[in-house]
Amino acid sequence: MHISEGVLTAPELGIGAVFTVAGLALGLRRMDYEKLPEVAVLSSVFFVASLIHIPIGPSAAHLILNGLCGALLGWPAFLAIFVGLALQAVLFNFGGITTLGVNTVIMAFPAVAAGFLCRHFVKSSSSSVRYVFEFIAGAGAILLSGLLVALFIVLALGQSMEAAARLVIAAHIPVMIAEGVITVFVVEFIRKVRPEML
Amino acid sequence: MEMEEFAAGDSWVHKLDPRVKILITLIFSIVVALNNHVSMVAISLILPVSLIICARLDFRPLLVRLGIVNGFILFLWLFLPFTTPGEIIYTLGPLTVQREGIHQALLITVKSNSIVLMAIAMLGTSTIFTLVHALSHLYVPDKLVHLFFFCFRYIHVIREEYFRLSNAMKIRGFRPRTNMHTYRSYSYLVGMLLVRSFDRSARILQAMKCRGFRSRFYILHHYEMKSHDYAVALSSAAFSAFILVFI
Repeated sequence: MHISEGVLTAPELGIGAVFTVAGLALGLRRMDYEKLPEVAVLSSVFFVASLIHIPIGPSAAHLILNGLCGALLGWPAFLAIFVGLALQAVLFNFGGITTLGVNTVIMAFPAVAAGFLCRHFVKSSSSSVRYVFEFIAGAGAILLSGLLVALFIVLALGQSMEAAARLVIAAHIPVMIAEGVITVFVVEFIRKVRPEML
Repeated sequence: MEMEEFAAGDSWVHKLDPRVKILITLIFSIVVALNNHVSMVAISLILPVSLIICARLDFRPLLVRLGIVNGFILFLWLFLPFTTPGEIIYTLGPLTVQREGIHQALLITVKSNSIVLMAIAMLGTSTIFTLVHALSHLYVPDKLVHLFFFCFRYIHVIREEYFRLSNAMKIRGFRPRTNMHTYRSYSYLVGMLLVRSFDRSARILQAMKCRGFRSRFYILHHYEMKSHDYAVALSSAAFSAFILVFI
């Protein structure tokens, strides 16, 4: 989910930049040099994962996995997502430079929130509790991101864009479900194979 | 997906000091993004377009890039002219086309293209490593610079690994469809990438420690501002200021 260059106005761009700088500062404080290679290499994985397209009915969507990113990294997920978005902006012109702050807020705050939820419940011994909360983390992160996109678009272009904003959220419902399912599978896989990652 | 496709080249645009490139792109992009006059934003196109001509970039990949960017803008054209309240200039059955909506959609289109062209002309014509290196000279926190370096370095490695895993799946007859089997298979693919990368990051850390890593990146190559760097920096800043005056 990217908002392109030129759509937003000064207040939104300012809000995005301020929150992103704050989030980055927090993330940098939570990540020492010992943890740096892990955050960097996992952010490369999320970058590569965003190039994978999964079929959803007649259409296809690329993976976002911001909930999973938060679950694995905690606050430093903010850094991983920022770096990924900055690289996408420079390499492919997805998103943009002026909108980097807004786009980071859109993707990273839901990631960190979902991460907290997932990291808390992944320790549960009941598998159904784990599945439910892993699904909520994966799907909820996409839902929150969709709501934030809609919010920023309405803030910039006015009430009249409400129809378009609703459409953006509606289009994300299948993606939410797919991401929720995939998050459950991936977290359960990691729990079995390399539990120390969680 | 091709990366750094405009970075190869030996025009003076390619050789500009990357610190200058980053700073003038930032200033120009912000000034254009905050502007609300279609005519001024249209004039702003002069700078990125002339830089792209000087850089002698390939036309075809450039058009592909612009096509993708304008795809999203097209979505806005489907809504803005009809929903923005304002003076009605045309009635199309139940829909009315408003002047303000057209104006806003046009403004966004020109802005977006101008900023994206500038980013391609300036940032696209440098490699990521050069840009990240320049960031470290521009007082971006050291850890963040490290992250950019490592992340971009390992994107290539992990992409290779992804292709290997997905080829292995294809050889075994995997066909993606909308079903649980597909989602589970893709999840295990991503999970495997994550696990391998986690192990890889542990090895990277050990290798760094073995070589006496002391939380510092020693920069061996230092940039030097030449006269043409100053000239481009000043003229671009002046141009941005000119657009800002008419904001």
